[in-house]
Amino acid sequence: MTTVAEVTGGGRAANSPYSLSHLDALESEAVHIFREVAGEFENPVLLFSGGKDSIVMLHLALKAFAPAAVPFPLLHVDTGHNFPEVLAYRDRTVARHNLRLHIASVQDYIDRGVLKERPDGTRNPLQTLPLTEKIRSERFDAVFGGGRRDEEKARAKERVFSLRDEFSQWDPRRQRPELWNLYNGRHAPGEHVRVFPLSNWTELDVWQYIAREGIELPEIYFAHEREVFLRNGMWLTAGDWGGPKEGERVEKRLVRYRTVGDMSCTGAVDSDADTVEKVIAEIAASRLTERGATRADDKLSEAAMEDRKREGYF
Amino acid sequence: MSTTTTEELPATTLLRFATAGSVDDGKSTLVGRLLHDSKSVLADQLEAVRRASAGRGQDSPDLALLTDGLRAEREQGITIDVAYRYFATPRRRFILADTPGHVQYTRNMVTGASTAELTVILVDARNGVVEQTRRHAAIAALLRVPHVVLAVNKMDLVGHRESVFAAIAEEFTAYATELGIPEVTAIPISALHGDNVVEPSATMDWYGGPTVLEHLETVPVSHDLAHCHARLPVQYVIRPQTAEHPDYRGYAGQIAAGTFRVGDEVTVLPSGRTTRISGIDLLGRPVDVAWTPQSVTVLLEDDLDVSRGDLIVPSKDAPATTQDVEATVCHLADQPLTVGHRVLLKHGTRTVKAIVKDIPSRLTLDDLSLHPHPGRLVANDIGRVKIRTAEPLPADSYADSRRTGSFILIDPSDGATLTAGMVGESFASPEPVKDTADDDGWDF
Repeated sequence: MTTVAEVTGGGRAANSPYSLSHLDALESEAVHIFREVAGEFENPVLLFSGGKDSIVMLHLALKAFAPAAVPFPLLHVDTGHNFPEVLAYRDRTVARHNLRLHIASVQDYIDRGVLKERPDGTRNPLQTLPLTEKIRSERFDAVFGGGRRDEEKARAKERVFSLRDEFSQWDPRRQRPELWNLYNGRHAPGEHVRVFPLSNWTELDVWQYIAREGIELPEIYFAHEREVFLRNGMWLTAGDWGGPKEGERVEKRLVRYRTVGDMSCTGAVDSDADTVEKVIAEIAASRLTERGATRADDKLSEAAMEDRKREGYF
Repeated sequence: MSTTTTEELPATTLLRFATAGSVDDGKSTLVGRLLHDSKSVLADQLEAVRRASAGRGQDSPDLALLTDGLRAEREQGITIDVAYRYFATPRRRFILADTPGHVQYTRNMVTGASTAELTVILVDARNGVVEQTRRHAAIAALLRVPHVVLAVNKMDLVGHRESVFAAIAEEFTAYATELGIPEVTAIPISALHGDNVVEPSATMDWYGGPTVLEHLETVPVSHDLAHCHARLPVQYVIRPQTAEHPDYRGYAGQIAAGTFRVGDEVTVLPSGRTTRISGIDLLGRPVDVAWTPQSVTVLLEDDLDVSRGDLIVPSKDAPATTQDVEATVCHLADQPLTVGHRVLLKHGTRTVKAIVKDIPSRLTLDDLSLHPHPGRLVANDIGRVKIRTAEPLPADSYADSRRTGSFILIDPSDGATLTAGMVGESFASPEPVKDTADDDGWDF
């Protein structure tokens, strides 16, 4: 434990000798989920984007199986619009922990003519097909995702073990009830289970845990100077993916990212938070949810996430 | 839903709680009020609610919309499932299992209550304790939820009268005591106007107790673990087999109940082999003692054959193993549970084949009447069952241990979760039931 731990609630709660801090309770629950999957499934995989939630997932997986290696590979669904800092982080992490990495490439699908670029240049909705085909071809039967129930309304009813049919589709009415901590991972051949170890975590929990554990993140999560332009009320990074368009003015601003996704639809926020502690203070005072602030794709319609989940999105 | 709070950090402990009540009781408004008044609703969420309320021609934001989830529900104006909400105050982090109160959704209330340390049961002050209230109380009692809050809502519609509240609180508390519920806290509220939800009421000065949120912040979440049976279901065997750790063999699991110490004499079930704990690894840190619900890796002195599904217990406090399980169950699936049904039973980390030998009775939650030998249980039925397992199970009584006294039944053909089970007697007190075959009024 470091000094940070005391500041951010990582220490043992003082009111009972046998109580746990909320971070310890969430950590223990997530580790239990990882071990259940490792114990019951043949071929799990962990979705790894280089975003903070997937980084925290990997950290938990490393702790769950230490001193042994993580008994499953990573899968990156690569939109082709990556922040270079995030790709570098991914490769560094894979090498450091001696992990195996699978990549499902949206660009390949576009090059082969299977997927078409959208007029708005956004590639997040295009991830579903490469992801589901990779799950089928590699016969993954459990897929860890970093989804959190606090992110969005459609996720609030997601199970920890979420059964998907052979088309990866999610049917809210077919989901199994989950009682106590008894997870049911039974599935038919061709079906798989999406597993969400961070279901009960919030954005603030994730940041507090990052601080407590001293987890390294890609630099773009912290305030830095960047050339950005304004679209749909969000600061987007200029780049080959299609921005800026005519009339959109590029300027240099001090920003950071609250989420990391496809460059074309992940917005930066004005921020001078250049340390984990400052980020936590900023989030605690924030008046916008992270998806509300930074994700154009969720603004497409009120039920945008519900629709994408049904189709097999994360 | 998001959770950030503008108050000072940190939140220390975690409280999981559930709500039960129908739309008419104002449950969604209560939950919306808790989120809104604890400043857990952020500007973009509130703006979405304002837009939606205006679109429906409502003047003020309808806080109930904060908790509406899926489009299918919004279109039909119903809540179809358990939704989880997250919020925090400087004192505590909360996980709320928000369950709908319709008759046909008993299974959702059971699901929400299974992990809850506290249940908020809502009643409409104008109607008092009704059948549905009794059903909610019975579920809290069956699931052994340690703390129950009775929120008497819509006090503004009964003139904020103390006598109305006192009568409802007295009737409910008597019923809850009969069910064996150890603790009831009754609070008069108006969710619509915010009285006694987060802020104390300005109009009910006769009430001197805590608001709903104050109570949630201060109710004790951990009990005296020293007197609990210690149980560690083995999830996974960790064997690095590396140059650095050639002989490491650790048994990983989440402590389901009680405490374990290095040096404890332990027995591994079902084999019955005995050894001592030589080390406890708490996610990378060696410790002398660990307790529920910590995830740990335990090292044993002797090289026993231990695998996933085994249960590590103190030798002096081992549960009996049995192949004949008697339990109270809630049936969850649309296909019925019948006598002779072949199922899989998951208990802890162990899944075994089993057969339903008998269904001695079905319980009507409204009046706790028993209906003998129903032959089958359909979705949302509560009943007693006798199950024969293919292998011995080290099951505790649910009254002693919620984690190691519970199980689920799984359909081996399609993998569906059929039934949730609790080993042993249904209620804490001697069963206050009247035995009757009269099916009148049974409406599940």
